[in-house]
Amino acid sequence: MHILFEPGFFSSSPVRTAVVMGAVTAIVSAIVGVFTVVRSQSFAGHALTDVATTGGSGAFFYGLSPLVGFIGAGVIGAGAMDLIGVQRARSRDLATGIVLGAATGLAALFLFLDTTKSATTGATQQILFGSIFTINPRVIPIAIFLSGVTLLLVGVIYRPLLLNSLNADLASARGIGVRTVGLLFMFALAVSVALSSIAIGSILSTALLIGPAAAALRVTRTIGAAMVVACILGVATTWLGILLSYDSYYWVSSGQGLPVSFFIVSIALLLYLVSGLPVIRRVVETGKLGTVA
Amino acid sequence: MFSGFMANAWEVATIVAIVAGVVGFFVVLRGSAFPAHAIPNGAFAGAAGANLIGVSPLVGLGVFSVIAALGIGTLGRRGRSDVVTALALVMMLALGAAFLSQSTEYEPEIFSLLFGEILGVSSNKILPVALLGLACVLAVAVLYRRLMLTSIVPDIAAARGLQPHRMEVAFMVVVACATTMTVPVVGALLIFALMVGPPAAARCISDRPGRALLISVAIALSVVWTAIACSFESNWPVGFFVGTFSAASYGLGRVYGTWRRVRGTRFARISH
Repeated sequence: MHILFEPGFFSSSPVRTAVVMGAVTAIVSAIVGVFTVVRSQSFAGHALTDVATTGGSGAFFYGLSPLVGFIGAGVIGAGAMDLIGVQRARSRDLATGIVLGAATGLAALFLFLDTTKSATTGATQQILFGSIFTINPRVIPIAIFLSGVTLLLVGVIYRPLLLNSLNADLASARGIGVRTVGLLFMFALAVSVALSSIAIGSILSTALLIGPAAAALRVTRTIGAAMVVACILGVATTWLGILLSYDSYYWVSSGQGLPVSFFIVSIALLLYLVSGLPVIRRVVETGKLGTVA
Repeated sequence: MFSGFMANAWEVATIVAIVAGVVGFFVVLRGSAFPAHAIPNGAFAGAAGANLIGVSPLVGLGVFSVIAALGIGTLGRRGRSDVVTALALVMMLALGAAFLSQSTEYEPEIFSLLFGEILGVSSNKILPVALLGLACVLAVAVLYRRLMLTSIVPDIAAARGLQPHRMEVAFMVVVACATTMTVPVVGALLIFALMVGPPAAARCISDRPGRALLISVAIALSVVWTAIACSFESNWPVGFFVGTFSAASYGLGRVYGTWRRVRGTRFARISH
C-alpha cells in the first residue's frame, strides 16, 4: 500500500476536497465534452476558460466573488461568440478568436491592476493555472448545484442538440431552432467550463473537456456509450493524476511536487493517442478481441 | 515619447505588427485561429523550461513552438484537428506549469512572458527580432501562391499536385517562427489578438486578397502604434490596448463591410 499511496494521502483534507471536486468536474466536463468534440467546438471550449479567468481576475479587482466573475464572463463570452457567428462552421474559429483576443486584453489590464492593488504575488499564477489542492471547500456545494443545472440543461436539449450536431440541415427541416439550441449549448459549455476552471484551473478544464470525450468517441459507436466511457475515463484520469501528484512530492529532490495539471494532462493525452491505435480501432469495429481478419 | 527606450519600443512594435498582419492574414484565411493561439502558448512553456535549465529563453521559445507546430500539423492529419490542437495546447501549458513549479521564477517575469513587455525592449533584441520577422515575411512571399490556392480552393490545389497537408505543416512552422520572435515582445496571449483581429477586419473591408493583405498590415500597425501611445500616457499595460483595439478594429471592419453591402444593393436597385 505504501508504495502506491504515500503517507497521509487519505487523511489530508485538501486531497479529499480535490478527489470530490475533481470527480464532479470530470463528469460534467466529459458529458458536455462529448458534444463539444462532436460539434468541433474545442476552440470555443478552450477559449471560454480564458474568458472566464478574465472574469475571475476582474472579480478579484472589484472584490466580488470569483464564482460570479468566472461564470458571468463565461456566459457573456459565449453570447458574444454566438453574436459574431460561432454557429457557422466557416466563421466559428474567427468568432472565438476575436472574443478570446479581447478577453486576454482585458485580462492583462485586470491582472496588472490586481498586482498593483493588493501586492499579493502569485495572483497571476493562481488565477491562470489554479490548483486542485487549493480549492475552497465552501465552493463545493455551489459548484455541485451549478453542475447539476448544467447537466439538466444538456438533458433538456439532448435530442434536438444531438440531431443538430450530427445533421444541421435535417434539424432545421424538422423545425428545430438550430440557432437557439446552439446558443443554449454555448451557455451550458460556458457554465461548465467556468466551473471547472475555477475549481481545477484553466489548463485542466480544457484537458478534461476534450481528452476523455475525444478518446471515448473513438472507441464507442453511440453517443450515449461515449458519454459513459468519457465519464469513467475522466474520473479515472483525475484521480490517478491527483495520486501521482501527491506522491511526486516524495520523488523530486527539490521538495516541490509536480503540479496535478501536468499528470492529468499527460494521462489524457496518452488516452487519446492510445485510443487511436489500429489495434484498438479493430477491436471496436469488429466488436471482438484478438485479430479477426 | 519617441526618445530613449521608447525608440526601441516603436521599432520593435512596427516589425511585430507587419509580421502579425502578414502571417495573420493567412491565419484568418485558412481558419487556423486555434493553432495560432496554441503555438504561442506552447512557446511560453519553452521559455519557462529554458529558464529552468539556464539557456536563453529565445532557444526555448523556438524549440517549443516548432515542436507544437509539427505536433499539431502531423497529428491533426488523422482525426479531428481541433481536438489535437486542444490537447497539444494543454500539454504544453501543463509542461510550463511543471517547469514553473520547479523554478523560483518571480511573478512579474511570468506576467511579462504572457503579456509582453514592449516598453522594456533593449537595443540588442531588435536585430534578432528583425531577422526572424524578415524570414517570416520572406517565407510567406515564397509560399504566397501556394498558400492562397490551398486556402481558398483546396480541391484545385490538390488537382494541381499541391499537397494541402504539407502546406499546412509549412504554414504552422511559419506561425511558430513568428511566435518565437514576438512572444518576448508582446507576450504569448497578445500576439494572438494581433494575428486575428486586424486581418479579420481587413477581410471584411476588401474581397481582393492582395489589397486585403495590405489593409491587414495597415490596421495592425495602427493598432500597435495607438496601443503604445495610450500605454505611455496611461501607464496601463500595452496588452490591454492591443487586445481591445484589435477586437474593436474587427467590429469597425464588420460595420464597414455591412454598410458597403447595403449601399451596394441600394445602388443596384436604383440602377435597375
